[in-house]
Amino acid sequence: MSITREAGPAWAIELNKLTVYYNDKLAVRDVDLKIERQKITAFIGPSGCGKSTVLRSINRMNDLIPGARVTGRVMYSGKNLYDTDIDAVEVRRHIGMVFQKPNPFPKSIFDNVAYGPRLLGIRDGKTLKQIVEQSLRASFLWDEVKDDLKKSGLALSGGQQQRLCIARAIAVQPDVILMDEPCSALDPIATQAIEELMLELVRQYTIIIVTHNMQQAQRVADYTAFFNIRKEQETAGNERRWGLLAEHGATEQIFNAPKLEETERYISGEFG
Amino acid sequence: MSAAPETAGGVIHDEAAYKRGLRLRTWRGTAWQNFFLLAIVAGIAALIALGFTVVNDAFGYVIATYETPAAELAPNGDLNGLSNAELAQILTEHTPSRLAVYIRDYLYSGDPAEFAKLPMSQALPGATLLPGAENRTVRELNDEQQAAILGDNLSQPVLVTIVEDNVVGESIYQTFSLTESLVNRAGIEAELASAPEGATLSFRSWVSLDFLLSPPSANPATTGARVALLGSLWVTALTILIAFPIGVGAAIYLEEYAAPTRFNRFIEINIRNLAGVPSIVYGILGLAVFVRALATFTGGRSILSAALTMSLLILPVVIINAQEAIRAVPLSLREASYGVGATKWQTIWRVVLRSATPGILTGVILAISRAIGETAPLLLVGASTFIVSDPSGLLSKFTVLPIQIYNYTARPQQPWRDAAAAAILVLLLVLLLFNATAIIMRQRARRRLSA
Amino acid sequence: MSSRTLDLVSPGAQLRPRPMIRRLRPTETIMRAVLLACGVVSIATTIGIVLVLGLESLAFFREVPLTDFLFSTTWQPRLGQFGIWPLLSATLMTTTFALLVSVPLGLAAAIYLSEYAHPRTRATLKPVLELLAGIPTVVYGFFALTFMTPLLQAIFGPQVQVYNTFSAGLVMGIMILPTIASMSEDALNAVPRALREASYGLGATRFETIAKVVVPAAFSGLVAAFLIGMARAVGETMIVALAAGAGPNMTLNPFEPAQTITGYIASISGGDISYDSLDYQSIFALGLFLFLFTLVLNLVSQWISRRFREVYQ
Ligand SMILES: Nc1ncnc2c1ncn2[C@@H]1O[C@H](COP(=O)(O)OP(=O)(O)O)[C@@H](O)[C@H]1O
Ligand SMILES: [Mg+2]
Repeated sequence: MSITREAGPAWAIELNKLTVYYNDKLAVRDVDLKIERQKITAFIGPSGCGKSTVLRSINRMNDLIPGARVTGRVMYSGKNLYDTDIDAVEVRRHIGMVFQKPNPFPKSIFDNVAYGPRLLGIRDGKTLKQIVEQSLRASFLWDEVKDDLKKSGLALSGGQQQRLCIARAIAVQPDVILMDEPCSALDPIATQAIEELMLELVRQYTIIIVTHNMQQAQRVADYTAFFNIRKEQETAGNERRWGLLAEHGATEQIFNAPKLEETERYISGEFG
Repeated sequence: MSAAPETAGGVIHDEAAYKRGLRLRTWRGTAWQNFFLLAIVAGIAALIALGFTVVNDAFGYVIATYETPAAELAPNGDLNGLSNAELAQILTEHTPSRLAVYIRDYLYSGDPAEFAKLPMSQALPGATLLPGAENRTVRELNDEQQAAILGDNLSQPVLVTIVEDNVVGESIYQTFSLTESLVNRAGIEAELASAPEGATLSFRSWVSLDFLLSPPSANPATTGARVALLGSLWVTALTILIAFPIGVGAAIYLEEYAAPTRFNRFIEINIRNLAGVPSIVYGILGLAVFVRALATFTGGRSILSAALTMSLLILPVVIINAQEAIRAVPLSLREASYGVGATKWQTIWRVVLRSATPGILTGVILAISRAIGETAPLLLVGASTFIVSDPSGLLSKFTVLPIQIYNYTARPQQPWRDAAAAAILVLLLVLLLFNATAIIMRQRARRRLSA
Repeated sequence: MSSRTLDLVSPGAQLRPRPMIRRLRPTETIMRAVLLACGVVSIATTIGIVLVLGLESLAFFREVPLTDFLFSTTWQPRLGQFGIWPLLSATLMTTTFALLVSVPLGLAAAIYLSEYAHPRTRATLKPVLELLAGIPTVVYGFFALTFMTPLLQAIFGPQVQVYNTFSAGLVMGIMILPTIASMSEDALNAVPRALREASYGLGATRFETIAKVVVPAAFSGLVAAFLIGMARAVGETMIVALAAGAGPNMTLNPFEPAQTITGYIASISGGDISYDSLDYQSIFALGLFLFLFTLVLNLVSQWISRRFREVYQ
């Protein structure tokens, strides 16, 4: 069985009672969340509440961590991505990812962007060139690098590297792009460029972004999901902590009229 | 996905093609994964094959013939149970004419042509002689006097070997591998039938207590690893004594004292490169420096020369490993020591070395293990001669287990190969014991630290 | 420095300031000198090697022209002919066979251990492989002669002679395998996780990630491992001394006997050689050749792996 993208359902992704363990340690519990198509959803919350964990579960990146265990469902195009007959490799082709630290391959700019399409079997030079150009244009990088596509991706500045990574991700034409704090390693100007890029990309893609920056969430996100940490005293001095989805809604509502007191306290910067 | 870039969209979103491609890619991945795993399996298979080859040769049936079966000489054929006098008596009875030859071969160390002309006190200085024998040449002694010299001056195992070689005269007619012995008993019986009369068939473990305790001989049936084993122990012990302090000292210097000057950087690079120099080059160095140039101090082809050569060989490895162990000691420990007023050397001696000991030991074990099995440099510094007497000191001649293995393996006859296999088992056992001891020491050091 | 500060906090110092004297510490100075001497031993070794090999080689090359040594193809000490090629060709042959075995298998084993094996599996497999590295080379020589050669004879028939370079080379490959595997594994492990994740995130399979990202990124580290393996093979003595054959032989037939450089040195030193013969001096010329050859391999390897480390730090 495999995944066929459907335009039908209103939700790009639906999480059902998603629970993740690392070995025996519970990381996040019972996340129920619907991600709307071609919108930006921001995950916010204090450090360690499981934002990255949930994000990485969506394209089965957690499969790569020994000891990570996922229960519950991640629904995409009518399939549960954790069904045994679903290939994680295929999942990641539809649901791409951009990481916290820009991680271009130590290859040329061209080869970085062409990496994904080549995996898909595209060998034809002209087609590849086309895809590379389109992707670089779409990530606002084309004008800066078009003259030396042979230059190493590592030779670019941090902000350019991150846009290269975005270009690389969209070159395989995914449906959903996951971004884990894509701007936290960048300066404000580069950050602004990425934010503008996201607003452009969302016309074609569904984007989920983890961010620590409340302003950023307000600037770019249509929806915001607030995760928080729960604690439980197991025995004296031995605390159990896990993350959960506390509140989810339109960004405006979360930031202006949060339903929960903990959300209120978090967005006003009382803890983090 | 109407919003996807149009030109390439068709190519990428040909779902059927993607599915086919993915199946192929997955299949290719699995095939390669199996190949990678196969490499490990091949390595382990090689290890097993190696072990099997050694064991296969070290045990098995042999067809042997005897001049005088041991059972006629000693109760139950156990020569080891006899005293020196009894063994000398056997030699006198069976090979009276060869007694002088034994004295020459096993006790005399000068020029063989001169032997018969020298009075005993000169030929065998320091030997125990019966009164009256001192001033006579060997020809002027009767059988009893000659036998007494043998019985009084040779160790019991050497006498046993002489009896075995010259009286029992066991001669291996044919040997069989362990596999053959297990699966082809009938074929072996048939071979026995065509062997000379009086030949016996017996299952032989080439490695045995007798093998461990006997000196080497010219007969594979009676040869042993005693002298080589002792030689290996001497050389190894001396190598540890030399290389350990110097190596750890150099490591301390480089880690704790050396400022990043050019000179110190040069020492570092130099050590790294020395670690890559082929061991036989160290042998050439040892031959030229220790065996020849410094012969007056080292006695030429002696245990001392061998140990010095080995020390130079393993020093780089000892230093590099010790450096790593010292580097792993946390800075906070050092600071704590300085904080209570310790000097640099006190800090190193009481704090750094103490907590680096387990790591240093691990590194030194590795280096010494290499020295125990090393052969090529010792070929050059002269361990290759046939020696029957135990090493007696730093300046004595010697041989070591790997050299004995080399000599025996190089001979084309199967019985020697079998003896080589037995010597290999002894060598591997020594390595195993050494590593086990060292690991236990390391564990102790660790426990002491955490206590 | 520290002693002065401490004087100030000692009770006496608080009461009445004392003149601060820089105390000499004889132990400190002596220990420093002793330790420096230990470090210098390594330099003395290098100087010793260079001097010994250099001087004796010089004497040798006074009798045998360097050009003859490097370019003639007969090694017949009895006839005064000392052309290195028969020995060098045998060395290169055994080295090539060794690398043909150890490079693919070593790299594959490294990839399996670093990219596929579960940490627990790795913890058991790795020490087993390392056992191979702990076995004395003379035992490998025995193995080549009593296992590998008969096996080759069974496969390729009687054209395989009792002593041959193929058997010696293959067994040498097994011997080097753990070295190459462990150095390669280090190089693979040095490739940042982030690169692997980037590749997986683009829908690559594990093998594609390895082949297109991890191995290329670790490439110079792998080359360094390859060079170290090569240096080991060139300098290895006992396996070739036992299994490759005695007697120089200018041949490219892997089933024929041929003596390597190290094999020749070992065979010469086995007997009682006279110290002022050309034979004896030739050992030093060959030793110098080996020393320089392996030194270059080691230096290049270190240079490459240093540059490789810089990329990821
Ligand atoms: N690879 C891992 N192994 C074990 N525990 C992990 C791992 N990654 C994350 N965790 C744990 O899971 C919890 C959630 O982590 P994470 O998802 O990274 O939080 P966030 O991204 O919100 O800061 C934390 O307690 C963290 O320690
Ligand atoms: Mg995170």
